[in-house]
Amino acid sequence: MLKALQLEPEKCTGCLQCEMACSYENEAVFNPSKSRIKVFNFHDEGRFAPYTCSQCSEAWCMHACPVEAIVINQQTGAKEVIEDVCVGCKVCTIACPFGTVNYNSDSGKVIKCDLCGGDPACATACPTGAITYVDADHTGLARMKAHAGQSIPKN
Amino acid sequence: MAWTRKILRVNLTAGTCKPEPLNMEWAALYLGQRGLATKYLAEEIDPKVDALSPGNKLIMATGPLTGTMASTGGRYSVITKSPLTGAIACSNSGGFIGNEMKMAGWDMIIFEGKSPNPVYLYLENEHAELCSAEHLWGKSVWETDHLLHNAHQDPQLRIACVGRSAEEGCLYAGVINDIHRAAGRSGVGTVMASKNLKAVAIRGTRGVGNVRDFKAFFKATQAAKAVLAGNPVTGEGLPKLGTQVLMNVINEVGAMPTRNMREVQFEGANRISAEAMLVPRESDGKPNLVTNAACFGCTIACGRISTIDPKHYTIANKPEYMGANGGLEYEAAWALGSDTGVDDLDALTYANFICNEDGFDPISFGATVAAAMELYEIGAITKETTGGIEMKFGSAEALTRSAELVAKGEGFGRELALGSKRLTEKYGHPDLSMTVKGQEFPAYDPRGIQGMGLTYATSNRGACHLRSYTVSSEILGVPVKTDPLTTDGKPELVKAFQDATAAVDSSGLCVFTTFAWTLEDIAPQVDAACEGGWSPEKMLEMGERIWNLERKFNMDAGLTAADDTLPKRLLKDAAKTGPAKGKVNELHKMLPHYYEIRGWTPEGVPTAETVSRLRL
Repeated sequence: MLKALQLEPEKCTGCLQCEMACSYENEAVFNPSKSRIKVFNFHDEGRFAPYTCSQCSEAWCMHACPVEAIVINQQTGAKEVIEDVCVGCKVCTIACPFGTVNYNSDSGKVIKCDLCGGDPACATACPTGAITYVDADHTGLARMKAHAGQSIPKN
Repeated sequence: MAWTRKILRVNLTAGTCKPEPLNMEWAALYLGQRGLATKYLAEEIDPKVDALSPGNKLIMATGPLTGTMASTGGRYSVITKSPLTGAIACSNSGGFIGNEMKMAGWDMIIFEGKSPNPVYLYLENEHAELCSAEHLWGKSVWETDHLLHNAHQDPQLRIACVGRSAEEGCLYAGVINDIHRAAGRSGVGTVMASKNLKAVAIRGTRGVGNVRDFKAFFKATQAAKAVLAGNPVTGEGLPKLGTQVLMNVINEVGAMPTRNMREVQFEGANRISAEAMLVPRESDGKPNLVTNAACFGCTIACGRISTIDPKHYTIANKPEYMGANGGLEYEAAWALGSDTGVDDLDALTYANFICNEDGFDPISFGATVAAAMELYEIGAITKETTGGIEMKFGSAEALTRSAELVAKGEGFGRELALGSKRLTEKYGHPDLSMTVKGQEFPAYDPRGIQGMGLTYATSNRGACHLRSYTVSSEILGVPVKTDPLTTDGKPELVKAFQDATAAVDSSGLCVFTTFAWTLEDIAPQVDAACEGGWSPEKMLEMGERIWNLERKFNMDAGLTAADDTLPKRLLKDAAKTGPAKGKVNELHKMLPHYYEIRGWTPEGVPTAETVSRLRL
């Protein structure tokens, strides 16, 4: 079964455990500025939202890359950056409509979510269940169920 | 090792920023944050120095776990000599500034001297620069935050700054970070403003990677997170209701200081409680509480994000207060509400917004307004004194108007800004100041919770609940239940809590974790991060060392055992209602024994043997 990250902003408290888990997994350091997942604080509205790559099927970044440094991991469906191939041209960061591919000036390469090879550290670290790793074909299941519950006539 | 081993020394007089290595011998004895910065301060300043003179220093300090994945690992503290109390000041804050300082590569920043002109510190990793803040002086915290983000075109910049109240000399001004988190008590913001330092803006992208044993660290922090999640207070009560979960609980046990601590129960408590914050309003169908929110790395998330009723008088034609912002915590709700007799939830939320917007402590502010209301009631001050405000208990208008005046340092606000001790002395009724060492009480009446009387009387920073929160044991039964109405065993309880808390405050973690964690949970996390073999016993001994160092600083500053007391009202006037009816605080039964188990003389001075045992 192909799995995907399911993000439920309404459960997010803005603690950034996901950003620390992500940066540690990928860079061996607690460093939100190097995280592939970001949590945004919409202060005046009192809302938080985690956001990262949704692993598009026809990924803009992958098609845009002139050196074929972004490839599909057949197991997880993730679009992964092959660091050795990436030349840091940043065309993918322009092509991505969602802003989830970004340049890392320390390495001179781009970074994006690769689902940690099928065991995403952000989902493990999230204390509130705002980030989960679920059946890719049913990321709407929990929300659907909640609404389905409301459709049952009350006695 | 978790420390970055680097501190930044900023000489504001000379305008220089210089890195220097962290003193690791001291770090081995005092760990970080509260303990280690107090050591630096005690070594570097004359305790008798005028707190608002250039001779005082101000230290912003992180702990070794700040900026790590340990739950609540985002704390920092501001350490200085307090202008409110003349004693040591150490105010702790969450939000996101502590972790950013650490990510930039710094364990602490020491500010010394005084800048000839207003400046702010811009810190981007190794790059430290003092920039002109002429255009920021006279601006609120919110405006300053906005202007600095714009000026640096960096939405990820983290900012701590002072508001107008600090500039105007309010003696209980705090340092506010991330719009509404505060190093709030004892006037640490007043000291910052006295140095012409408006703000600290930090961007750190280096990260924290120097943990001693990552495998052990993950194991210890995961286990500790599970303890927090499984505990009814940290896993359920705090996320859902915030610290305000206490309002109805403390009112029921008869320990809710009301109307300047004349009474111990507030009839309006249920209208300003956590539960009241969840009730949809008539005007827009929304409740006061929008969501709970976390500080950096916190898996509890007790923070309140609130809105004010759009139809409320306080915000008519004021769009800047209509969005969501930092809402009422229990201490603010109590001081602004119960202590002034005001039960208008929206008025309290507005006053709380103002406290954040211009950076002053809602506890000291609310309690000072309460003292002013009593002065007004007995005729010691009049409408002429207050500039026309009818300073009556229960008046929401008096409360919100007072907040606006203190914020900007205008009119009667200039007198309220000096705290209740100075206010009541000026008008001839010093007994009406509910303070210890000049700092106002928090929200637990020591007639109904006896241990808190000893806590307040002996707290090194003046009246404070966060120096030994024996409410945990006496009311909530954590870690063991004790009877709140007796003094038996309280000296031992207070000492144990004081020492453990000093250790937690030096680690980078939040003291609210101790509803669920003991040092048995905390020490393994510190030990996995830092060299030095940090066992629970070693942590506790370090806490005792810190407590004595602070005590010694205060003694050297001129305080004596005579300052370890409570206002007459709490020692002579019995509680009128509730389970504590007929009780006063029996401090005299606890204090001598407390001195004894502390290893202090009957005059409250650490003995030579204690000093040597603790390697002070």
